[in-house]
Amino acid sequence: MRHEIVEKNVGLLAVLILVVISFGGLAEVVPLFFQKQTTQPVEGLKPLSALELEGRDIYRREGCVGCHSQMVRPFRAETERYGPYTVAGETVYDHNFLWGSKRTGPDLARVGGRYSDDWHRAHLYNPRDVVPESVMPAYPWLFENTVDGEATPKKMRALRALGVPYTDEQIQNATSEVRGEQEITALIAYLQQLGTVLKDN
Amino acid sequence: MNNLWGDSLSGFWSAWIIVITLGSIGIAFWLLYANRKTDKTPDAEGNVDTTGHAADGIEEYDNPLPRWWFQLYVGTVIFALGYLVLYPGLGNFGGLLGWSQESQWEQEVARAEERFTPIFAQYEEIPIPELAKDTEAMQVAERIFLNNCAVCHGSGAKGGYGFPNLTDDDWLYGGEPENILATLNNGRNGLMPSWQQLGEENIENVTQHVLALSGNEHDAERAESGAATFASVCAACHMPDGTGNQALGAPNLTDDIWLYRQSGQSVADAVRQTLRNGRNGHMPAQAAYIGEERVHLVAAYIYSLRNQE
Repeated sequence: MRHEIVEKNVGLLAVLILVVISFGGLAEVVPLFFQKQTTQPVEGLKPLSALELEGRDIYRREGCVGCHSQMVRPFRAETERYGPYTVAGETVYDHNFLWGSKRTGPDLARVGGRYSDDWHRAHLYNPRDVVPESVMPAYPWLFENTVDGEATPKKMRALRALGVPYTDEQIQNATSEVRGEQEITALIAYLQQLGTVLKDN
Repeated sequence: MNNLWGDSLSGFWSAWIIVITLGSIGIAFWLLYANRKTDKTPDAEGNVDTTGHAADGIEEYDNPLPRWWFQLYVGTVIFALGYLVLYPGLGNFGGLLGWSQESQWEQEVARAEERFTPIFAQYEEIPIPELAKDTEAMQVAERIFLNNCAVCHGSGAKGGYGFPNLTDDDWLYGGEPENILATLNNGRNGLMPSWQQLGEENIENVTQHVLALSGNEHDAERAESGAATFASVCAACHMPDGTGNQALGAPNLTDDIWLYRQSGQSVADAVRQTLRNGRNGHMPAQAAYIGEERVHLVAAYIYSLRNQE
């Protein structure tokens, strides 16, 4: 019985298990790195501006992704409520992705332009002021903190290394563009551009 | 049947997926057959084969796989092959059923449209004042309002700080059907500039003048001095008598209804704050989100709410 060789050598067993399960990844994951739909940006997609990028990092810091997805799935119930379904080409400049997987709050993939800046301010200061039944936490400190922009050019360079087409000019001006802005302003700038590239499908 | 093969992958990657997928099914099947044992007859002495594994004197029989388990395994292989023929899974091969996420969504939407379009089309023919009296239509409209408008204007449409109350008779841009339709379809941008440059003294005087216009308690002397500034600066939009201009969305200052007054805040404070910092109200255009047919229905709903207070 030759399978005794495998059963009695844990190291060999582990290697062979890895080989077997890698077949799934080789067939399902690897080709995506070479597929037009997943690697090409949709027409008109622009990298986040310096302020929007800082807003994105506040979005990550505050854990918004824990309760809000950014992914409209191709079901009528979703497209009716949120707008056109999300396509991969819209998020090729996102590193990391903020698609999320939990919806305690609504999906935000197409929230850009949906509400006024004033509404977002009121809502983030205290969600209950505008939506009485909301369970979302309040974020009053976003109104006190400001962005210093020290790290913004570094973030942009890192993103450029990953294929986001930032220009030298954008990177140079990044700090001065965001320095001193309230965090709430940066976050709203980020929210207001979400999903605005695809207006209709 | 020309669309059986897509082109989202290059030939190489398509072949890569097909080879790995079919290859691993083939290997799994081969593994089963290569190791299959069907014979479990005891030998002449009545002994059954053992695997040679022994623990504490207990030996493991080397019996064939249970038949049900074996058949289940073969069943999954057949299912997998059937699935891969019918549905997309093998590289660029789209499957005989022609199914895709997109086409499924399109069919779902088409079915819904077939059902709902005539209903909305029927409502769109009815003039807004009449539609506003149709109970069934207003129930449909209320759902649309709650899903799209209530986030700012409140589920009771009474508005809030910075978001207009839709149930009173005070309209920034007019409360006639055509005004409501224009507001919903195209959105509105209200802009009150900051008048910081007038200086605190003037701001206080104009504030007192506005308090006087709205019949609030005020300092008569200051209100008098504010009148000139009001006439030269504010009257252009708010009109000399302060009744506002709906073409510009300049609020009526004489009705004692204040869009930017927080609960507990005095009118004087609210007016001062507005004069100092300006205001920028924004109503997003809804036509692109819900379509003109539904806008018509919501306009009728809003029309039905007006003048309740």
